[in-house]
This record gives sequence, structure tokens and C-alpha cells, in this order.
Amino acid sequence: MTDKQLIVLTVNGEEHELLVEPRWTLLDVLRHNVGLTGTHVGCEHGVCGACTILVDGEPVRACLMYAVQAEGCAIRTVEDLGTPEEPNDLQQAFSEHHGLQCGFCTPGFLMLAEGFLAQEPSPTREAIRETVSSNLCRCTGYQTIVDAIEATAAQRSAESGKKEDAVR
Amino acid sequence: MKPAAFAYHRAHDVADAVGLLSDLAARGREPKAIAGGQSLMPMMSFRLARPSDLVDLGRLRDQPGMTEIAHTGSTLRLGAMTTHRQVELARLGPDFAVLAEAMRYVGHLPIRSRGTVGGSLVHGDATAEWCMLALLLDAVIVAEGPNGRREIPAGEMFYGFYATAVEADEVVTEVRFTRAAPKAALTEFSRRAGDFATVAAAVTLEPRADGSLEGGRVVLGGVAPAPLRVPEAEAVLAGGAPGPELFAACGRAAAEAIDPRGDAQGSADYRRALTRTLVARSLGQAWERGDR
Amino acid sequence: MASTPEEPRFDGRGGKWIGASVRRREDPRLVTGRGRFVDDIHLHGMLHAGFVRATVAHGKITELDLSAAREVDGVVAAYSAEDLQLGDMVALLDRPPEEFTPTTMPILARGKVRFVGEPVALVIAKDPYAVEDGIEAAQVSYEVLDAVVSEETALAEDAPLVHEDAPSNVLLDVTSFDTPGVDEAFAEGCVIELVTRSGRQNALPLETRGAVASWDDRDEQLLVQTCSQVPHQVRTVLARSLRIPERSVRVVVPDMGGGFGQKCVVGREEIAVAAAAKLLRRPVKWIEDRSEALASGFLAREQRYRTRAAFTPDGQLTALESDIVCDMGAYSCYPFTVGIEPLMAAAEMPSVYRVPAYRVRARAITSNKAPTAPYRGVSRPQYVMVMERIMDLAARRLGLDPVEIRRRNVITEFPYTGINKVTYDPGSYLESLELGEKILRDEGWYELREKNPHLGIGFSCFSERTGYGSEAFAKRKMTVVPGFDVSEIRMDLTGSVVVTSGTINHGQSHETTFAQIVAERLGVDLAKVKLRQGDTERISYGWGTFASRSVTIGGSAVATAATRLGEQLCVIAAHLLDTRVENVGLDGDGGVIQLDDPNRRLSFEEIADVAYLRSHLLPKEAEPTLTATAAFDVPGDGTFSNATHAVVVEADPGTGQVKILRYACVEDCGVVINPKVVDGQARGGIAQGIAGALFEEVTYAENGEPSAASFIDYLVPTAAEIPDITVDHLETPCAFTESGAKGAGEGGTIGAPAAVLNAVNDLLWRTGVQLEQTPIHPEAVLAALAAADREKAGTGA
Repeated sequence: MTDKQLIVLTVNGEEHELLVEPRWTLLDVLRHNVGLTGTHVGCEHGVCGACTILVDGEPVRACLMYAVQAEGCAIRTVEDLGTPEEPNDLQQAFSEHHGLQCGFCTPGFLMLAEGFLAQEPSPTREAIRETVSSNLCRCTGYQTIVDAIEATAAQRSAESGKKEDAVR
Repeated sequence: MKPAAFAYHRAHDVADAVGLLSDLAARGREPKAIAGGQSLMPMMSFRLARPSDLVDLGRLRDQPGMTEIAHTGSTLRLGAMTTHRQVELARLGPDFAVLAEAMRYVGHLPIRSRGTVGGSLVHGDATAEWCMLALLLDAVIVAEGPNGRREIPAGEMFYGFYATAVEADEVVTEVRFTRAAPKAALTEFSRRAGDFATVAAAVTLEPRADGSLEGGRVVLGGVAPAPLRVPEAEAVLAGGAPGPELFAACGRAAAEAIDPRGDAQGSADYRRALTRTLVARSLGQAWERGDR
Repeated sequence: MASTPEEPRFDGRGGKWIGASVRRREDPRLVTGRGRFVDDIHLHGMLHAGFVRATVAHGKITELDLSAAREVDGVVAAYSAEDLQLGDMVALLDRPPEEFTPTTMPILARGKVRFVGEPVALVIAKDPYAVEDGIEAAQVSYEVLDAVVSEETALAEDAPLVHEDAPSNVLLDVTSFDTPGVDEAFAEGCVIELVTRSGRQNALPLETRGAVASWDDRDEQLLVQTCSQVPHQVRTVLARSLRIPERSVRVVVPDMGGGFGQKCVVGREEIAVAAAAKLLRRPVKWIEDRSEALASGFLAREQRYRTRAAFTPDGQLTALESDIVCDMGAYSCYPFTVGIEPLMAAAEMPSVYRVPAYRVRARAITSNKAPTAPYRGVSRPQYVMVMERIMDLAARRLGLDPVEIRRRNVITEFPYTGINKVTYDPGSYLESLELGEKILRDEGWYELREKNPHLGIGFSCFSERTGYGSEAFAKRKMTVVPGFDVSEIRMDLTGSVVVTSGTINHGQSHETTFAQIVAERLGVDLAKVKLRQGDTERISYGWGTFASRSVTIGGSAVATAATRLGEQLCVIAAHLLDTRVENVGLDGDGGVIQLDDPNRRLSFEEIADVAYLRSHLLPKEAEPTLTATAAFDVPGDGTFSNATHAVVVEADPGTGQVKILRYACVEDCGVVINPKVVDGQARGGIAQGIAGALFEEVTYAENGEPSAASFIDYLVPTAAEIPDITVDHLETPCAFTESGAKGAGEGGTIGAPAAVLNAVNDLLWRTGVQLEQTPIHPEAVLAALAAADREKAGTGA
């Protein structure tokens, strides 16, 4: 074991002082030190995407970052999207389109999609499918995940269109 | 799948990083620089890589030019900490459009969001798009070390399995692509999207005014321990009449020139067959690019 | 107004909730990261566990020294088999020695290791990082023995023995049926012969296996929270292995990130971890990591069929004979044994076709590979592949259309008792086939195929026994015979109900579909119903979830319990309304009405108030509280779901890559409780079937080293490989189940390899090459296409 270091992580807008070993991944620290277990461990080598979170707005694998590297970054996890009582539009769309079965991969797909839609608000279905191919799901066959993201993008575009119209 | 213990050092600028790396090495430790870490971290999780110390280059992002994409004359300069995703979203102009287009083959969005150009070049994977593109477009890799700054031409960069000319105490600061190529393309084959390519082919074409070819360049990944140029295939292009027949002939010449190894993703013969196909397809795509 | 007998009345069987795609009850917590999976559990003072695993496939342990491991910073304890002294796992069949050879699976290896990744020792530390440091420090040496890695090496005369007490490496050898007429049919008919193989696969739940064990001195009980599809089986093995009473073990299943069968057997690791928790009197968590899951998790599907089939000139199948070898790996899994794959294949191979004469030999061999567990579909993807290949090959030989030859052989009259002595309940075999074909014809794929030589069309038509009751399982001659399931339902003072089931939800949406069944039966709002599963203290007994049994058996138990509770409510209400019980009924809206005067109504809350708080008002025939229980078992041979898959593929002539352009599934799982859920099961199943057809395989080097140690090598397909899939429903209600539903969990996986392989072979037919092996490697496709092109060029020149 190596010496621990004191770090400060900003997670979902809240600062956490944490004593960590340098080798602890951001994934493990989020789950076991910060206590946010919505980000899941799927492969720990960057392929499955179950641990996808947003770091400074971009979707990244939490298993491919050490917690010490994340100091000074804005970290966002699934817990920040919505609550069981008030899920956000993307979470609702996943439910409406049956985009999840066991739900283990779901937080990763949600954060992947949030990061992607922030960068590309009006993607084609093909572009969505290509992005969805970043992560693994063993239950759904992916189609309904693509459906959910497509519906969210359409709804968000329509709403932002309405807002623009209102401004005009 | 937890890495072995290491000590962590955060470098604040390039000089700091070089100092840390060389000091640690002088003390008999085995330090390693980490940029995006998208290749290094999986290897550490499997404990296939176990550096004693990690020197984190993350803060170098904030240094001038380190994440900058600058197009001057016929040269494109990328700061070493530029991410694949930045390049994918950048408007690079026709001369270097192939760089942005090739990024779709680099892992997936989350990997591209964190992985860096410099890190990928130093890692030196035989199928890495950046390594192939460096050979294709005559990149110059700029590294700083305890003895100062030096420029490594791409042709002298990759010489074996994950082996590059960058020393352990050097930090790559920028890469300059010096060869504009409006007619260029990179294609890959992998059984599953986003995986390391079984075979990848990157090409350029230089047309003459009379419609024939001045020449072209053919770079392959996945067929040798390091990415390589295939002069035998390039020779086919010189002076030829561009079109499917020439491109197919070039693909055949490339396939004959290589000596690939077989593995679970494909035998040596299959890699040759893929080379034939991908070289021809890349050439076809490259020819369609830019004005003819 | 008095109701008249003609008026439709709420009967609790159909309408409001059954058949509706209601939003899933599971979703609010799962989409917000508030699910509770096993790795999310954190107990005070918890330690972490990991396993020292065998690095050789076959070897004698010559040295096992854990002293250095125990010295590692953060390590609390390290145990060998000798330290823990746990009882072995033994899974048995009630079959004679010439058919079945029993073997034992120790919890930690003793003396010998039999596959790479076998647990040899247990390391306990303060955090998972220190656990791995400790594992690294353990000293283990082996005398390496020759490894058994193939049918050929297993059955060779001088083969090394995986188990010394199994002198031929054959653990099961059963010849079945051997009906009259087999040899005569082959002497006369058009004979199709083929050898098919399927690669070894990992069921690959995205959540790996794991457990958190803790000992409670007050309860005198070991609490094991584990992701298992069969918690009561885990309890039994734990009690036996630790030599404690079953009452001293409580097994709880948290949210589970998929299982697909891999978690329906008892894992050695969960036993070892529980033993450590009991010894240390501290909670211990073990989470399998992905490289362990890939190298040493339970695998499946490595099978070889040598098959002959005879046909009349007009395409009638007259006889079927197959020799089946299943490579079951190093150990027999508990409780299903090594018989799981070969016995399934032998019993059900005739599939949806009329087979007049049948002979089958099915063997399970043991090898130095990770052991096997039932994986979604169990052998059916393989034998369906055989049957569907036979149909296509016979069609080619006899000049028939592939759909036409199936039409001539498919079972159309029900119930049908087959040559395999299995009785098939009504299904829509022919209808599904014809609809599948119509979909492709209407969309113009046949015309496209005329124009594109790299396009192929393939079908698979199959049925699948779902919900094996105890009678059906007993035919396998297991000593542990699964079948029934139980349910308890309880209504509280607010008129809400909690219903239990011995099944285990891990993606199948039971919390929603079972609640739909109960809401329909009782006539209450869906929100009033909460399902509880996965706790051996709360559920008296249950067989868990596997073999598409949940909605058929578990759902029927739940429905029956709800019906009984409804009857109780009526008895009390009749008494309180001062009328006969025949004159009251559930009103479908949370109350009981008087039939001849619907204005007289008691809400469930009013009835509950009496049942709990004013029990002196209860009628003599009613007991206080509102609770009912029910058990359900599917009688006889059970019920068969069926489907046809129709697939169009295109091969890339430059790479051999196969792309699926169109995938249509026409399925019949009886009454559909929730269409969206059934579609999801079909699509997800098909994705796994495509994975087996085109991508996934664990191969082994000659020394037994597995090839797939990471997701780089084990090619789980992504959204880029799995196409959009249409699902059409036919509905042949099941007569035996309470809701009329049949199982829907496995069908997708079963049909996909056959349909995809047939489609690929359709486009390859002109090359003279037919592939009879999955996964289909693009290299093989390219080689066939290239050889044909060379030949064409050669003859043309």
C-alpha cells in the first residue's frame, strides 16, 4: 500500500474531501468513498462503459481515470440527472421505450447520451447508434436504447425550437 | 483488476514533467508519464504495466499550445494534449481532413474524449490511427527531455512492438503534420465496431494535371509489430492511371509485400486478403476526395 | 340497478392490466442510479475477498504457501482448502453407472487443479486493491499434467484423466429412444448428413458474480447477499458445506445485473466467502472481476452434433439420428449436473417437426476448461441449428423451397405426442413460419437477393418448452427436481398488497408483470401491488428463475394466491353485507360489491379494517388477517412457446464480414402480459443469439490456456452489430397456466444462430462451401467467396 493523499473532488456540484491511494480509480472512489453507487463497475478496462460519467461535460470512463487525476474537474454522475420521483427527460425516455431490463448498464448509457446530446443536439439515428456502440448492454439488443435517445433528442430540439420562437 | 501501487506526481508544466521523470529515473525508479491514460490504464489494471511512479501530464492541458490545433501554410500543428475528440470535431480544411475523418475509428466517444494525440503516438500501437497518420503525412514529433528539445520524424519514430523513439524521460509536446494531402483516406477492418483494427490502411494520392498519378503513399497497421509504409505498393501507383484496376493492383502489391502474423482475429492469409481489400478501398475513397 | 347475468362482469382474467405495456415498476430506481446491486452493499467493518486462481489448466499442486500473502499490507487472512475444511458440492443424477459418473467439486481446489482460473485459495483484506496484492504474493507451484482441451483429446485411449474416478472423461453417456424404423428409413430415403459445432460461450451478465456475507450472532445466522437466480439452492449448499442447519443461513438476492443462467448454479466462491465471514465474524464482500468472469466463470454451448436425417423424395422427414457430444468442462454444476446440455438436446431435438423414427446418443465429456452452467436456451440454439440446417440442406437436395419443406414437416395438430414421448400443447408453428416468410416477401427481399449475389435469406422455425414442471424435470432423473413455485400474498390496512414469489427478477420485469397479474386478479390499481422476491426468510421455498419458468409457474402461483385472497375478501364482505358469498364479487376497482345490488359495496380498506382491527366481526369461516398462499406446478410435459425467425444477411466480398440487413421475429408465447416486455425479451435474446452466431467464443490453447481474458478478445457485440429487430406476436393461449401465458425468456436466443447460419449458407451456396460451425468467422466466409471467384475467373479465362 502506498501513502494516501488528500484530494478534493467536485461531484454533482458538491465538494468532497477524500483520502485516497493514487491507484484508486475514480470509479472506485465515486462508489465507495463518495458513496454514489449509481456508476457501475463492468469491466475495469474501458470497454463496457458501465462506468461512463461526465467529466467537464464530456463522457468518459470512470475506470480509466485515477481519482487523483480528477481534482479540479467537474464530475457528474447519474445521481445528478433526476430522482425516482422526478426523472429527467432522458431517464423517462429510457423507461418509456423499455431501454433497460436489468438496469445495470443503464447509468453508463444515460451519461454517455447526456454528454453526446450536449455536443450534438440533433444527431441522426445512425450517429446515435454509433455512439450507443460505445457501451455494452447484454439485455436489450440496443434498439430501444437508440429509440430512447432519438426520442429525447427530438423532444429537446422541439422544445429549444419553441423557446427560440418565443424569443423572436 | 486493480493496479499495483504507485506514487503520483502532478506535473505543472513540461519542464516540471521532464524534471520529475528524469529525477525519478535517476533514483532507480520506473516512472511513466500519463496523459489521457486510455491505453496505459487498462494495462495497469491487468498489472501488465506497473510503473513505480506516475507523472500526470493532465495539467499541461492548460499550458500554451498544448491543446491547440493550428494550421499554418502546409503544416498542421497539434498540441500533444489535444484529444482525439477535439480533432474529430475540428474543421481542418481539405489538406488534413483525413485526420478528423480517421478519428471515428479511434475507440469510442468516451475514449476519444480523453485520449490524446501525444499519448497515442508514444504508446505506439501497431494499429493506432495516429501512428499510421504520422507516417502518412510526414509528421514531426517534438519531444522535450533533460537534454532539451528534439524533433523526431515519423519515419524514425516507430520501430517495434509498442516501441517508439521517445525516451522514458521525454515528454511529447507537439506533432506537426508537414504533408498536405487532400486526397487521403484511412479505412479499417475489425469484427466489432471500435476495436483495434485487424488491419488498417491509410493512403494518399497525388494526381498530375494530365489525370495520371504522380504517386501515392500506402501505410498499413496490424500487419507488423509497428505501422509501416509499403514502398512496393506505392511503386504501383507512381505514373499509373487512377481507377479500380490500379487500386486493386496496389492492394495486391501491398498484400504480397507484407509478412503478417496470424492470431485469433485472423490468420496471416486473412490479413493479406484484408490488406488487398482495404488498400483498394482507401485508394478509391481518397480518389473521390478533393477536386480531381 | 341490479346487474343482469348477461352483462360482462369483472372476472379478474383479462382486460385492464393484462396485455398492457405499462411502464415498468423497476425503472424509477434503475434509471436514477438508486438500484441496489450486490457491489452497492456496504456493511460496517466489511472486508474484501479475492481468489488465488490456478494458472495451469491441469496440474498437481506441489506447493501452496500463503505466508507471504498474509504479510502483505492490508491483508487480514488467507485460507486454503485445508484451512476451511468445507464440504464438497456434489450434483447427482439418478442414473445407472453406465450412464452417469458422479464427480465432486471442492469449494477450493484440493491437491489438483482442473482449469485455468480454478479457485485455489482465498485472500481477505481491507480493500480490493490489497486483496490483489495478497493474491500476487501467494506462492503456488504445480506439477503440470497434460490438458484435455477437445473431444479428441478427451476420448483418446491414453487420454489424461480430468477426474481419476471418471476413467474415460465421459461423465454422461445416454442412448435414447432408438425407435423402430430408423435403419429402414436411412436405407430407403434421401439422406442428409452433417456435423455441426458451436463455440464455447460466456452468458456474460454485465454484472459479474458477487456476494456479501456476514454473520449475525443474535439471529445465529449467516446472511449471504448474493446475485443468484436460485437463492434456496445456495442456502442448501451453504448449509451442507459449512455443516450448519439451513435455518442458520439466510440468502438474499439484491438487484441483479443479468444472469442468463450463469447465476442459476451455485458458485464455489459464494460458499468460500460465507465461510470466511463466519470464521472472522466480519462482513466479507467478493466481487468477481471481469477477467475472472471471462476466464473462470461458468461457460456453455460447446457442442458437436454428428447427425443423419432421412427424407422421402417429396420432402417428408422419416428418420433422425444424432450423436451429440457436449464439452461440459472441469466440473458438474450444482444442481443441474453435466447432464443439463446433453439431456436437453436428446429429449427435445425433434423440435417442431414430425419425426417418425429417432435415435440419439448424447454424451457429456469433462475437460480442463471452466465448468458449464445452463445458458439461456440450453442446447436448443444448437439442436435447432442442426434441425434447421437439415431442412435447408434437404430442400436444396430435393429442389424444394426452404419454407415449403418446413411446411411439409411441421407439427400442425395439437396436442401432438412426438417420437421423443413429449406432448406438445397447441402452438402456431406453421402460422409463424408463413408470417415470417410473408414479411420478407412483402418487403421485396427475395427480389433483392436475385440482384445481389452476396445477399442470403435464412429461417429458423422452432418451439421451446417453457416452464418445466417437476414431472418434466423428473424425466431427466435429477436427484434435485425443480418444478413448483410458491407465492404468498398479504393485504394491509390500506388495501395494498405485498406478494412474494420464489422466482428472481433480474431484468425480466417481474415487478411489473407479476403486479399486472395480481392487479388484474384482485381488481386493484397496479400501484397497490408490490412484489418481493429473493429472500429465503420471506419466501418459504422457491426454485428461482431459469428455463423461462417465471411467468408460467411463478406467475401462476402468484395468480392463484391473489385469487384466494380475493375469495377471502368476498367471504368477509358477504358476511358484513349480510348476504350469501355467491351474491358478492370483486368489482375491479378495489372493492367487493353485492351482485344483486351494486350500490352495496365494501372497499378493501373497509374489509381489511375488520380483518385486522375488529376481528370479532369476522364470520366463523374466516381467520383474522388477510393472507393467502398458493403453490403451482406445471402438469405433464408443460407448455411450448414457438417462433420463426426470418433473416437477411449480406456478406462483404472484400472482408467476409456478415451484416444483418433484416431480422424479423414472429413469436407466440401465449397470452402476452406486457407486450413491451415480451418484445424486449425477444430482442435481447436474439442479440445474444447473434453474438453466438457471429462473434463470441472462448477458445483454448493446447495447454488449456483460455483465449478470452478481456473484452478485447471476447467479442460481445455492440449496437453497431445488432440490427433493429421487428417482433410480431401470435397468441395461442396456454391451457395450463393461470394467465394463459407461456415463457418468453429464451426464444430469441434459440432461433438466432440457426437463422443467421442458414442465411449465410444461402448466399454461400453458389460457392460450394457450406459452413456448419458457429461463430461464423468472416475469414471462412471470405475464403469461400474468394475460392468461388477464383474458380469463376479460371473457367472464364
